[in-house]
Amino acid sequence: MWRVGTVVALHDETATARTITLEVPDWPGHVAGQHVDVRLTAPDGYSAVRSYSLASAPNSERRVQITVERLLNGEVSPYLTQEVIVGDRLELRGPIGGWFVWRSQQTGPVQLVAGGSGIVPLMAMIRSRTSAGSTVPFRLLYSVREPGAVFYRDELRTLSAEHRSVVVTYAYTRTVPKDWPRPPGRIDAALITDTTWPADLGPACYICGPTPFVETVANLLTASGNERDKIRTERFGPTGERK
Amino acid sequence: MGMISRGFSGRRTPTDVKLPPGQYLTTDFPVLSAGPTPHVPLEKWEFVIDDGKNVLQRWDWKSFRNLRSETVTVDLHCVTRWSKLGTSWEGVPLDTLLADIKTDASYTLVRSYGDYTTNVPLKDLLNKQAWIAFRYDGQDLAPEHGGPARLLVPHLYLWKSAKWVRGMTLMHEDKPGFWEGLGYHIYGDPWREQRYSGDR
Repeated sequence: MWRVGTVVALHDETATARTITLEVPDWPGHVAGQHVDVRLTAPDGYSAVRSYSLASAPNSERRVQITVERLLNGEVSPYLTQEVIVGDRLELRGPIGGWFVWRSQQTGPVQLVAGGSGIVPLMAMIRSRTSAGSTVPFRLLYSVREPGAVFYRDELRTLSAEHRSVVVTYAYTRTVPKDWPRPPGRIDAALITDTTWPADLGPACYICGPTPFVETVANLLTASGNERDKIRTERFGPTGERK
Repeated sequence: MGMISRGFSGRRTPTDVKLPPGQYLTTDFPVLSAGPTPHVPLEKWEFVIDDGKNVLQRWDWKSFRNLRSETVTVDLHCVTRWSKLGTSWEGVPLDTLLADIKTDASYTLVRSYGDYTTNVPLKDLLNKQAWIAFRYDGQDLAPEHGGPARLLVPHLYLWKSAKWVRGMTLMHEDKPGFWEGLGYHIYGDPWREQRYSGDR
């Protein structure tokens, strides 16, 4: 069933990524980590559909947010990041997915690992924790190309300052901020050991990012003693557009 | 037809290519899976067919690879909407693996290393419709694409082509597997666009 959402706000996260807030009158509610399908239709009936992770926490306002990264040669993402204006209506279906989710009733510590725009469903989990008043301790390891590519920067800074139980670590792969202690590089075993929960605490691990990133991090987490069944992954290929 | 999106025209697939509804063409091979990739050593690999009570057939890697295999070229359709045409695989047809099994079961639950499962009607695995594939594009199948061996059942959405297969259970009644229990369609025919439960 396709629902109609009205664009009520737009916010540029980075030079290439935009958050779209939609008001969806018949939204049935969702769980952090789920995604929606967005359908665009041309005047002649041609349509294109892509999946996007929800960025917003479950709420009672019938509002949902997605954050879309513009892909080179994309079909839907350029429209969503450049064409859409407030007041436009978009068709969406969902929420979809019942595996890569965090429910606010969960009690164990949570380890989030994001690669690039893989932060989106993990941000929904962080926001869900806050809005539900959960005291579950969260850690986020966020791998990103350069400081300018960080999504939700101010909100993450505030959250980690005010709610000490969301601890955020950045891993910059190409360019680091001035005086940053770690040279640019991908997540490695040492960073996993230094910044993620010890495996004996049995954290629920959620990894989202491009396929090679998820593959690497999942292997590092299992190598450091995390149980396979505690690790949930969401991957996207270059054309997957599931962000 | 959907509601028209102001200012959208789309980048279309050439009209000489026929794709299932809602799919678009890709030339790379995206990966989607729910957890860490299992790494299964060949000396520990096995493929077991059972009926829920008894083991009916069992192969280790060597005896499996001694079966006659064939090379097939098929189109892949993923529920996340990409389609990849003309992919080349080498595998053992399920017809061969099921040849000596007498059963009146109508359904199967395919099981993988890493505890993934998916359900497929038995008739969809017979008559040159499904293979246990161990090579892709002339190369041994990489773990992230399901190696050592995966089910290939290309007339259904790709989540039915379970990676890292270890066996199957023959059943008299249909029973949802992993994704089918999480909101995806019980059968998954891309030409009828059976993506999610509730799709006809």
